[in-house]
Amino acid sequence: MTSPAVADVRFASPDDGWAIRLDDVAVRYRVPQGRVTSLKEYVLGRAAGARRPVEVAALRGVTLEVARGQAIGVIGPNGSGKSTLLRLIARVLTPTSGRVRTIGRVAPILDVVGALHPDLTGRENIFLNGTLLGLQLREIVERLGAIVEFAEIGDFIDLPMRTYSSGMTARLGFAIASDTEADILVVDEALGVGDERFQRKCAARIDALLAGQTTFVLVSHDMHSVTRLCSRAIWLDAGVVRADGPAADVTRLYVEGR
Amino acid sequence: MTGVREQYDSSRRAHPMIAELAALLRYRDVLVQLVGRNLKVRYKRSVLGFAWSMLAPLLTMATLSLVFTQVFRPTAPNYPLYLFPGLLLWGFFSQTTSSITAEVIGGVELWRRIFTPRTAFAIATTATGLVHLCAALVPLAVLMLVTAAPISLALVAVPIAVLCTAMFALGVGLAVASVAGHFADVGDLFQVVLGTWMYFTPIIYPREILPDAYHWVWRLNPMAYFVEAFRLPIYEAQMPSAGLLATIVAMACVALVCGWWLFTRTVDDLARRG
Repeated sequence: MTSPAVADVRFASPDDGWAIRLDDVAVRYRVPQGRVTSLKEYVLGRAAGARRPVEVAALRGVTLEVARGQAIGVIGPNGSGKSTLLRLIARVLTPTSGRVRTIGRVAPILDVVGALHPDLTGRENIFLNGTLLGLQLREIVERLGAIVEFAEIGDFIDLPMRTYSSGMTARLGFAIASDTEADILVVDEALGVGDERFQRKCAARIDALLAGQTTFVLVSHDMHSVTRLCSRAIWLDAGVVRADGPAADVTRLYVEGR
Repeated sequence: MTGVREQYDSSRRAHPMIAELAALLRYRDVLVQLVGRNLKVRYKRSVLGFAWSMLAPLLTMATLSLVFTQVFRPTAPNYPLYLFPGLLLWGFFSQTTSSITAEVIGGVELWRRIFTPRTAFAIATTATGLVHLCAALVPLAVLMLVTAAPISLALVAVPIAVLCTAMFALGVGLAVASVAGHFADVGDLFQVVLGTWMYFTPIIYPREILPDAYHWVWRLNPMAYFVEAFRLPIYEAQMPSAGLLATIVAMACVALVCGWWLFTRTVDDLARRG
């Protein structure tokens, strides 16, 4: 691979800039055959010369460019590589081959309640999760009021989270993750949070983010939210891009093609 | 809005060891939060709270002293003061390495979803252990006063020994965690190793009870050196020799670099397993 010119990464004008670029990206998982999970089995398996791990291709040569401020939906059947694509953009996974580039802070809303600790209070969780998402302490202090207000948890903020209802937990998780002023927001079907009124509030917040400069990547099985929130969509099938274009067209193709 | 934007390029990643350090520097506030979490979660629901850090080792020390003081009196006249430093340092080492392994296995799910420096959890665990160890130094000081042990300038070696043990524990913890992430039985196996390892370290018994022919066991055991360097100034008011200090510094650095290398090299694989 040739090394890229500096101008390739740093562009002059924000208007022609991309936020996410994937060049011929492939991801292969090595899945141990027969799921060897103990050292004993591994050593014995090795000794018998059996059980080579099999490679599973999750993405096979995906090339994609997402402009800054664009909202893109990723659709496809289970196992088509959607989550792998999100994890590449969120940097929790490195590609087996090819190149992934992003510009700006990436905030994933992949599972909003996963990192919340039941024995800590809401306030303590806000600080812990905020720093885990890459914020500095003073940035969290600035946002604390807004997060509490958005999550609608009021006086519960100083109580341990195990006293929260599941709705309150989900609301706080979403409030923390969506308030990081990220340049790239990555969402994996986490929009079904709380009751209907709160869902509308989430949608309104995402609309507000979309109106700004935030780049938005949504993985969803719900064609309605893809067409409503995204201008563009890609259809992944068995690790390759099968269709790429306006969200309305791609979702229609997908629904018909299935 | 933001001045300099974060830029990420998967093909320009630095060596994992270096990349991890850079990420850690950027996410430094996470460390304080994680230590806070560890302390709060542990003590929030206990009445005695932080006093447990001091009471628990004191109780173990009292029990063992009751049993062994008579046995070891000829070789270790002030047996409680011989025993206590070793117990504290070993407790710190075994708890830190075990907790790091547990943190890593528990953290994998989170790391599959958000990017955060993975070593932060291990470092925070080590720092939490250091807080407990420092708390336990209070009853140790009381014990020194009560038994009228000589207080000397040699005590300046104590923080050096503690710091080296912490680096060693972090390195060993990271190495064990790298393997334990791939094989579920390694966590249990390590507990067995720890149990045996403790009895190969002169903590409960004085070295002198074994004939010289067997002392090679301790020469091969890194923890014997750390315990020795930690205990000498406290128990015998004696400065560890330059050779001993150099040995523990070297072992701490080697363990940390090896553990860090192994962990940063394999942790991506953990997140990748489907």
